[in-house]
This record gives sequence, structure tokens and C-alpha cells, in this order.
Amino acid sequence: MNFLTLDWKTIFPQLLKGTLTTLQLTAIAISLGFVVGILLTLGWLYGNKPIRIFCRGYVDLFRGTPLLLQLFIVYYGLPRYGIRFSPFVAAILGLGLNSAAYQAEYFRGAIQSISQGQMLAARSLGMSEFKAIIHIILPQALRIVIPAWSNELIYTLKYSSVAYMIGTTELMFAGKIIAAKNFRFFEVFLVVAFIYLIVVLIISHFLRMIEKRAKIPGLQMIS
Amino acid sequence: MEILETLAAIGKSIIPVLRGTEITVALTFSLLAIGLMMGLPLALGQVYGNKIISTIIVVYERTFRSIPALVLLFLFYFGPATFGIYISPFLAAILALGFRSSAYQSQIFRGAIQSIGQGQMMAARSLGMSKLKAIIYIILPLVLRRSIPSWSNEYSSVLKDTALAFAIGVIDLNRWGWRIAIRTQDPIIVFLVIGVIYFFLTLAGTRFLRWLEKELKIPGFQSRDTIG
Repeated sequence: MNFLTLDWKTIFPQLLKGTLTTLQLTAIAISLGFVVGILLTLGWLYGNKPIRIFCRGYVDLFRGTPLLLQLFIVYYGLPRYGIRFSPFVAAILGLGLNSAAYQAEYFRGAIQSISQGQMLAARSLGMSEFKAIIHIILPQALRIVIPAWSNELIYTLKYSSVAYMIGTTELMFAGKIIAAKNFRFFEVFLVVAFIYLIVVLIISHFLRMIEKRAKIPGLQMIS
Repeated sequence: MEILETLAAIGKSIIPVLRGTEITVALTFSLLAIGLMMGLPLALGQVYGNKIISTIIVVYERTFRSIPALVLLFLFYFGPATFGIYISPFLAAILALGFRSSAYQSQIFRGAIQSIGQGQMMAARSLGMSKLKAIIYIILPLVLRRSIPSWSNEYSSVLKDTALAFAIGVIDLNRWGWRIAIRTQDPIIVFLVIGVIYFFLTLAGTRFLRWLEKELKIPGFQSRDTIG
């Protein structure tokens, strides 16, 4: 094992490019998951019966099966029915729709932790249920959810490595190519692991800062 | 009609599929056992250990929690080979995911230890128990009970993560799904069936743990704790 004998001049740009793709993939997937997750939560909590059942079923199904299987279905399964995606788009869809199920759970927890009185008060002031959700419930729920949501972001970042299995050219894929070319699997994957470690530590540091900023002063005491 | 043909093909491969399920279950249980055996001492060390011990444990835990499971699998698979030791993909998967799970489990147990009032430890010490005895007879029985709900989450997440062992060539449930999918050329149906099996494995495990939690509950303990 010797890291110095690796050809860093060609390896470094490849790893950097892979890292950027990983970050891109994570950012788009988590955003997709955010939008779908909020819709699922609202449908689950405030929808009528068929919508409620659909939303619960979605969450249970996606949380109950491996992400890898979901990626396989999107990338290898759908083309049979004429729907074809590039590996990158398939990874975004798989990761995003998977993350949506987890995010929906966190949002639901946050919304339910806000006392019912808030909704009643808003309704008694003449707000419609929809308005009350948008102006009263969600602004509070979104702040409460930040710690749990930060975890989900980190999870999505780490699980974006699974996209390598359907051929998305992210960090893991870059590592595999370099490793196979140099026949130095262990060293290269140690470097890849180190990059993931650094990125995760930096991002979680930032998330903790945001968490502190967005805290609602005194809210803990009221609830 | 095509769907029926695919289902028939899966039906014909029922024995390999069951065998794959067995491997998936064996993998899950082994790695959870490693995680448990390492996670508990790690949690105790982090809470009761001195500064050096707890720092080392924090670094271990952060590292294993920050590196993706897939990268760990590759490291444990290719790592020993670099030093001339060949281990089977199955063993590599157990070690990689087991060490990873020990980091997550240590956090579960740490939370549970810290949620138990300091008074329990003080009371035990004042009755003349040594620190070790207090941990074994007073703290651990409470901690293990209290960890069951979070531990059940850990079970369902590692069960799904075992599907990644496919990447280093473990012949698990997922792998068999893959083989049948190639043969039948109908991946959606095959992977949906495999998904259903994973789903029921998750459900069976979490149901069992919920039953265990109820069975082991100390009546009235929760309310007393909030008052005290």
C-alpha cells in the first residue's frame, strides 16, 4: 500500500468531477424528495380517505424495500414499457422518490408536534384550512423538522453512492474506474471514503449552524 | 399474460429465491449481532469512559457513520486482499455492515443510557454497588428495554442495506432477483416480487420487536421516571 505511487495528476480531476456529480445528484434528489414529501404529508394528514391511503401506502412501500431495488426498477424495469432515462436522471428519480417517503415521515412528526390549538385558532380567525396550513402550521413545522431533515440530507448524500450500481458517473463510479485502471482497489476506495467523510462532516457542520439560526425562541417552552 | 409467465418463472426458481432469502436473513442477523456486541461497550465507553476513551469512540463512530455502506463494503472486500488475506464476500459484508451498524447502535444505546436518570446510578452506588455492578444490574436492563424502538429502526434499515452486498458478489435475495430478471427480461415484476419479500421481512421483524417491547415493559416505570 503506497498512496504516493498513484498518479495523482490524473486521478485528482476525476475524483473532483465525481464529487461534484455526487453533490449535484444529492441536491436535486433531496429537493425532489422535499416537494413530493410535503405533498405526501399534507395528503396524509388533511386529505380524504383515498388520498390518505395512497400517501400511507407510498411511504410504507418505499421505506419497506431497499433503495437498490427501486433504482433497478426505475433504470432497468421501465424501459420495457418504453420509458427510458439516463443513469443520472434515473438516480435522481430513485433517490428523490425514496427520500420523499422518509421526508414525509419527518414532516408528519413535526406537524403533529404542533398543538391542535394553533389550527383551531387560525380557523376561528376566519382562515381557510389551506391558508392555516400555509401561513401557520408549515412555517413552524419546517423549523422543527430541521434536525431530522439534516439527517435525511446526509443519508441521501451517502446513499447517492448506490447510484453507481446503475452506472451514474458519480464519486463512487470515478473511484471504481480509477481503481480498475491502476488495479489499486483498496487505496483508491480509502481515498473515496475520505472524500465522503470530509464532505459529510462539512455539510453536517453547516446544517448545525442553520439549525441554531432557525430556532424559534421560546417555542420549546410553549409546546 | 406476460405477467403470469414472469410469475411462473419466479415460481420455478422458488428454491433459489428461498435460499437467497435465507442468505439475506443470515447476513442481517450476523451483522446485527456484531453491531450489538460492539455497540454496547462503545456506548458505555462513550458515557462512562475517560476523555481519551470517549474521544477514540467518537472518532470511530463518526467515521463509520459518515462513510457510505457501499464504500465500506468495497474497503472490507478489497482491503484484506491487498495484504494477502482472502475472505469470502459474505464475511466481508458481515464485517463491513456489522462495524457500521455498531457505530449506529452505539448511538442508540448512548441515547438510552443518557435518558435514564442519573439518580439510578447514584442510588446504586450509595447502596454499595461498584460502578461495573451498577451498570450490569441497574443501568443495562433499563437501557436494553428502552432501546428496542430505535433498535427496530436499525433492524429495518440494515435489512435493506444488505441488498448492497450484491455489489461485492454475495448471492443474496437481491442477486437472485437479478438473475431471474435477466432470464425473464421483465425486471419490474421480478423486483416487485423481491420487494414484497423484503417488505415482509421488515414487517415481521418490527412486529416481533414491538411485541418484545410490550412483553418486557416494566409497569409504571415510565410515569415514575417523569415524576422523579
